[in-house]
Amino acid sequence: MSNVQNAVIGTVRTVLGWVPSQWLPGGTPDPLIERRAAIGQQASRLDGPAKVSGQARFAADVAMAGLSYATLVHSPITRGRITKLESGAAEAAPGVILVMTYHNMPRLGIVPMIGGTNLSAAGNSALPTMQGPDIWYNGQVVAMVLAETQEQADYAASLIEIDYREDSAKTSFENAKPDSRAPASVLFEKNHVSIGNAEQELNRAAFKVDNIYRTPGHNHNAIELHAVTVAWDGDTVLLHDATQAISATASAIAKLFNLKNEQVRVLSPLVGGGFGGKAFWDHQIIAVAAAKLAARPVRLILSRDSVYRMIGGRSPSEQRVAVGADAEGKFTSIIHTGYSIMPPYAACPEPYTLGTRAIYKSKSFEIIQRYLDLDIVPNTFMRAPGEAIGTFALENAVDELAHEMGLDPIELRLRNEPEKHPISGATFSQHATRQAYLDGAERFGWEQREARPGARRDGEWRIGMGCASGGFPYVRMPGVNIRIELRRDGSAKISCSAQEMGMGTATVQTQHAADRLGLPVEAISFELGDSALPVAPMAGGSSQTASLSGAVIAGAERLTIELLRLAGNDSPIAGLRAGEVQLAKEGIASLDDPSRYESFRSIMARASRDEVTVTASGSPPLEMFKFAMHSSSAIFCQLRVSDVTGEIRVDRMLGSFDCGTILNPKTAASQFKGGMIMGLGLALTEETLFDERSGRIMNASLADYHVPSHLDVPEIDVIWTGIPDPRSPLGARGIGEIGITGVAAAVANAVFNATGTRVRDLPITLDKVLSEIP
Amino acid sequence: MTIRINNNDVAPPDDARVSLLDLLREHLHLTGTKVGCNQGACGACTVLLDGDRVLSCLTLAVQADGHQVTTIEGLGSPEEPHPLQAAFIEHDGFQCGYCTPGQICAAVAMLREAASGMPSYVTVDLATEKTFLSLEEIRERMSGNLCRCGAHNGIVKAIQQVAKEQAA
Repeated sequence: MSNVQNAVIGTVRTVLGWVPSQWLPGGTPDPLIERRAAIGQQASRLDGPAKVSGQARFAADVAMAGLSYATLVHSPITRGRITKLESGAAEAAPGVILVMTYHNMPRLGIVPMIGGTNLSAAGNSALPTMQGPDIWYNGQVVAMVLAETQEQADYAASLIEIDYREDSAKTSFENAKPDSRAPASVLFEKNHVSIGNAEQELNRAAFKVDNIYRTPGHNHNAIELHAVTVAWDGDTVLLHDATQAISATASAIAKLFNLKNEQVRVLSPLVGGGFGGKAFWDHQIIAVAAAKLAARPVRLILSRDSVYRMIGGRSPSEQRVAVGADAEGKFTSIIHTGYSIMPPYAACPEPYTLGTRAIYKSKSFEIIQRYLDLDIVPNTFMRAPGEAIGTFALENAVDELAHEMGLDPIELRLRNEPEKHPISGATFSQHATRQAYLDGAERFGWEQREARPGARRDGEWRIGMGCASGGFPYVRMPGVNIRIELRRDGSAKISCSAQEMGMGTATVQTQHAADRLGLPVEAISFELGDSALPVAPMAGGSSQTASLSGAVIAGAERLTIELLRLAGNDSPIAGLRAGEVQLAKEGIASLDDPSRYESFRSIMARASRDEVTVTASGSPPLEMFKFAMHSSSAIFCQLRVSDVTGEIRVDRMLGSFDCGTILNPKTAASQFKGGMIMGLGLALTEETLFDERSGRIMNASLADYHVPSHLDVPEIDVIWTGIPDPRSPLGARGIGEIGITGVAAAVANAVFNATGTRVRDLPITLDKVLSEIP
Repeated sequence: MTIRINNNDVAPPDDARVSLLDLLREHLHLTGTKVGCNQGACGACTVLLDGDRVLSCLTLAVQADGHQVTTIEGLGSPEEPHPLQAAFIEHDGFQCGYCTPGQICAAVAMLREAASGMPSYVTVDLATEKTFLSLEEIRERMSGNLCRCGAHNGIVKAIQQVAKEQAA
């Protein structure tokens, strides 16, 4: 997040620009792109039978002898200090084992924070956890009660009396603007991009739009509550956690409690949804500390209210987007600036301008984002951080410009398709946004759209169609380690501390490993969700599939070398080097002469081996810095708006995606749709209501924060170009986040097309539409 | 005084504050029933009480005294799945799988409600004796069960398939 980082990354990019691509990962396309069997097949999830029958075990489902139950107490004030803390009544209440406050909480340090420079970290807050009487934000945890049952803990928590001295707090978005900060970098990118004179170009542009767009705070709202079941055994501790950062959680606990890494084990084989919200927060620390103090196993399931109060969400934003175009509709100016909240103790910026850098070419750019420091629970990443709300502003603006010019909005977009990365000038590894648009428009029936707003009606309903672009960068993480154990019986087990939150991690990597190792799918098992396995980074940035795939490639290379060594001189493949063979048909075959082949079984029998085990880590992801690697999408929406009530009903949506190879069409379609449905919520109903007077979240429940329900969700059509990315493992790019991008703008543009009302302030609720209907 | 849970007799808890949800999960280790909000807003804890869907977080365990409770574990197993459980796999009606037991229990009861002619908000003919389960009818009737991964299309398709099979 510094100028040093900008310099380092800038230098890496410059140097890699000179390096021939064949020297880098992805320089030669992955041979499996052309030679797929299990990959690309429509496979059902391997964990499906367990999940539908209630047998799947989540963190709060683990039974333990002598388990005790925890409840948290949160600060009702925003800034200040605890002046009186009376816990005697709670301690005396039936069943209470322990009341923990800053008085008796073990003295602990600060966890390493999530960031570009420390990929093994998962911390979201630099604030200490119950270490003193100071209050930094409304909802901060101030006490924990542990009891024999949950009912006893909940009741006893109500008996704790706390007095506070209230100090003035920073809770107003508007008032914080004069003190905003512009960081040097946002994630891996330089924050301030200035190419040409964008303001001047805007002023003299033949056509222009220049508006402010607002998006509210959002919460992840995974249906599984954050939960952890903790047990100490001597000086080792076991956490059954719901986390998308298994290794990082283990190392954070080790660091905080002064343990060696091998003294901490985190198990999280299944996570009931994460979306960015399930990394490392105060509750894991509190549960581990309580289990130690009480010398009892502890279960801490956060209440839904607690999740809102102590787990941050997506920051609200206020974005200015201006686009200028010449008479032909070529962009001459793109300006994207704005404000989001990020207290100094938070780790995760809301990078809403990053997507704008990759999506259109323009003669000039002016991009910068500023952070506001408010006294709030630290914000964090939420599905497609940045692009989810950045595309709302940009793609609304482009639609406005198209309307201004009397041009079809798809046509305007295609006229500004970049041939290379608009800012860095790097070559796109693969880029078929145009095809995604053309395929999507044809399938959706875009030609039925009336260009004139409000032209289509059906009784009280005004009907509109809209579209918008989405996008998300390719990320492959360094430091992914795996172990492959190949057994003489022809089976293989792959192990890695990766995460499964519903993406189908094991399912897809099993398909991959089958093709990579030349084995049938049934012969592969993929073991994950355990910090004792080879270390993988957290699941985030849509990176896990590409990252794991890269590690499986490295593992297969290592295995090949080991098998060639074992095969020795009495083998049909004797004398061949690793680059001259492939793993196929349960053995090794020469690439030039497939008749030179020996089965794994035969090699291992001759070598008197029951198994061959290798460990490997994925190559450094240098392809990310050499090439511009971005996925893109075209989102289409048709909806109705009632003249009478302003009610908006989305009737159909289509997502057309350009994301490289699709590894499993069934699970991929579900991920795309899932993202689009979260985008529907972003567009129409979701809003974390923040009371600027008190600094408190007002709708901390699923009854008051409205995620889309069944009746809100129409049939969603999903298609893809399927063109492999020649620079990535398997030709695939991540797909977990792109689904949500572009959706809010497509909905807003459809609302405009239906009614002539342009809503620039999410969510698009009835009042905002109705007040404008004539 | 017993609660019959998945055909086993269980004594009601001593502590009257224990919800049916916590009885199932913490006392009996029937953890297929999930907790998503503990305040009746998400549907993850849906179970069947004498065949009707109830939110087990808003049902005190003692209220189930003398009644039959069926949980996801009582509907089927990985080896012998209920038709809805099989259909959810076939249509990928879940991702993380956390809301799934509640969705399936709710769907079982919902199919029974529809078969008995119970109308919904989107039913046009309130006098009908047997509701045709259009996608819209299924969506409305399942709207008490939230899903955050966005498996709605698959869930609705799975339910419609089983509804058709039952009608045939």
